[in-house]
Amino acid sequence: MGRRVVVIGGGVAGMEAAGQLARRGCNVTVFEKETETGGHVKNWFHLFPDRKDSRDVLRYLGNKINHNNITLFTGIAVEGIRPSNGSFSVFTGDGNEITADAVVVATGFDLFRSEKKEEYGYGIYENVITSADLERMFRKDQIRMHDGSIPGKIGLVHCVGSRDEKAGNLYCSKLCCVTAVKQAMEIAEHLEDAKVFCFYMDMRMGGAMYEELYREAQENYGIGFIRGKVSEVAQNIDNKLIVKVEDTLTGRPLKMEIDLLVLMAGMEMSEGGKKIAQSAGLDTGENRFFKPADLHFASNESNIKGVFYAGTCTMPMNITEAISHARAAAADVMDYLDKQKN
Amino acid sequence: MIEEGKKRVWSDYQKEIPDDHYFYVRSCIRQSFFPGSEQFFLRFMRDILGKDFFENPSHTTCTGIGYHADVVPFQTIQTVVARHFALMKESGYKNIAISCVTSFGIYTEIIETWKHFPQELEKVREFLYKATGREFDVPENMAHTSDIIYKFRDEIAAKAKNLLINKKTGEPLNIVEHIGCHYAKMFPKYGVGGAEFPRVLSGMIEAWGGKVIDYPERRHCCGFGFRQYLVQANRGYSLSNTIKKFSSMQPYKPDMVLTNCPGCTMLMDKWQYTMKEMENVVYGENGESIPVLTYEELAGLVLGYNPWDLGLQYHMVQSEPLLRKLGIEYDPDDKYKTSDGRQMPIPENMINV
Amino acid sequence: MDKFGFTLVKGRRIDYDSNDRSIAEYVSAHEPSFRICIECGCCSAACTTGNFTQFSLREIQILLKRGENDGVRDKIKKCMLCGKCTLVCPRGVNTRNVILLIQEAFRKNIKNAV
Repeated sequence: MGRRVVVIGGGVAGMEAAGQLARRGCNVTVFEKETETGGHVKNWFHLFPDRKDSRDVLRYLGNKINHNNITLFTGIAVEGIRPSNGSFSVFTGDGNEITADAVVVATGFDLFRSEKKEEYGYGIYENVITSADLERMFRKDQIRMHDGSIPGKIGLVHCVGSRDEKAGNLYCSKLCCVTAVKQAMEIAEHLEDAKVFCFYMDMRMGGAMYEELYREAQENYGIGFIRGKVSEVAQNIDNKLIVKVEDTLTGRPLKMEIDLLVLMAGMEMSEGGKKIAQSAGLDTGENRFFKPADLHFASNESNIKGVFYAGTCTMPMNITEAISHARAAAADVMDYLDKQKN
Repeated sequence: MIEEGKKRVWSDYQKEIPDDHYFYVRSCIRQSFFPGSEQFFLRFMRDILGKDFFENPSHTTCTGIGYHADVVPFQTIQTVVARHFALMKESGYKNIAISCVTSFGIYTEIIETWKHFPQELEKVREFLYKATGREFDVPENMAHTSDIIYKFRDEIAAKAKNLLINKKTGEPLNIVEHIGCHYAKMFPKYGVGGAEFPRVLSGMIEAWGGKVIDYPERRHCCGFGFRQYLVQANRGYSLSNTIKKFSSMQPYKPDMVLTNCPGCTMLMDKWQYTMKEMENVVYGENGESIPVLTYEELAGLVLGYNPWDLGLQYHMVQSEPLLRKLGIEYDPDDKYKTSDGRQMPIPENMINV
Repeated sequence: MDKFGFTLVKGRRIDYDSNDRSIAEYVSAHEPSFRICIECGCCSAACTTGNFTQFSLREIQILLKRGENDGVRDKIKKCMLCGKCTLVCPRGVNTRNVILLIQEAFRKNIKNAV
């Protein structure tokens, strides 16, 4: 048996897994459907909780993947995996087929398409944007409304497409709360006079240093927190957005005018991942993400021996978790290849 | 406002509206409050477009008002509606055209109930059979009559004598569209364009040359709310809702309000009188109130019908300011005359005259 | 006006933009820990006054932050300054000073002072 491993996806988990496997002597082929590696991180400005520049992470991952044992194909998507005689045929979108002894699925996530929440008017009201749009504004150091003016009042809406069965997603995307807090603080830094509000259902600040960030946002940045999910958005004659929410802590409906509204889009199973799941017969869960063989002790294993998962293709994760999960996937792959050899 | 975004939403809520052969069911209150509307609809469909709309004189109220006022139980109203379906079956029709939004909501609610709980449907079959000996089929297609006018909006535009343009300024009229809650809020898939950005009335307004106003409280209930309005002691809630809605549209200087629901038309029309009496406020320009029209009345004006044949004089808020903007000629002396020329009593203290 | 047998109903909605939040701003400026409350309700649960009357420090501080001051003006006088709320607050809010500052702000009739 050889040590040929195909890694599907060149985001955080794919790059980390590829790097780990290459260092352990595997012959790794990475397929990334985009023209560049780096996944969603390359669209982000600063990262929570320490406000690290996302380019630092990309540099680390870039070094990882720059290895003699790694062949990288960008702009090529994987369409299917088929087991054949103890190894796998991996089919790519450009019509090629490559043989692998093991496969790491690291297809990541797609951001929830915020226009599906019709009541928020994304794609209809110009000044309703998403968290990803805001990161692009941070990078350009230009937080502007559609007409080019500087927003005075900015709202961040938590749980857009998460914890929302009507949007098809029962689960919590886990990272939007802390993203909102980070983004609120960054807005306050970019625009000194801006008033910033977070509309949340619960503050799910479960990660390392998240609660500390929340406290800092309250104490030093004066961010307003209003508990209640935004129910609908409209626009008035002055092109201000009118946000309706129940302030559940006073138990009363609340109306607020907002200049720029940022939707914290949740994480969903990627379309590419869905396609692979279907063609390869890989199990998916109720949340549509890939379903690990066991949630406790086999979170990298799939229902097909030799096919492993790394990162957010299994559930929403932050970068730290995606990297750890990818390393664990590499360990599982090595274990599997060693056993196959004997 | 990004029009493309709205079009994307509308494309998700395309509803199949049959071209012809309808069993037509009337509204309880429209015939007295807006007597020209249903008449115009039937004449236009039958005589101008040559469509087949059948009415059965044994059709009754759907009892929706009683249902929403908690005096008619769900099983009773299901059986009443089942009887309508039986009349329809007996007349050989498969498409139903419903003139009332309350009824439309009742019909959709019942049909959805039967889809999810087939045992309910079987029970109702039994109730109806025991009570009347009748049997029924569930309609193949259900359209509100505003859906049907929407479907033929371009045909109306092609025959238009008056576009929705202010003749003096050449600017399109500012029109508020108000959709009855029970049209699509319960089941967005049954409404043209869904519930968030309904297309049914805005499509007509744009096809006929007007401009649709998107104001903050466009989704808000007119205030009718059945038991809020029906019980006198509760009417403060109803009126307060209506005031919220009119205050929100006021800055846009609407020339008129277009509605597709009998309750909304009635309430938004008559409550303007009440608001004026109680609070001394009007929401139109120049101290005037805002005319509230049904889609049939508006289609009739666009097609050049005589406003008095359309029944506009029976509204609380009179439409003369709107008619002047549209450049429609009318004879004030004919306003309260019967079709054979006899003078009827003239109401006192009319609004907007 | 009761002309037709009914009267208008006052809306329950908080109109954030037209409300006056100067009392909350005054308290926040003089006692920054006022900002870090997470609305857990420990203060209200432990409060002697709140167990017998309509008094909740949690509610009072959120009402002030929304500019709904009218409901607070009289209520804030009920506190006996026993200190239990300070003892139980997980965020370490100086609730005693918060209460004194609220009382002071009402007494001084603070408006747009900060």
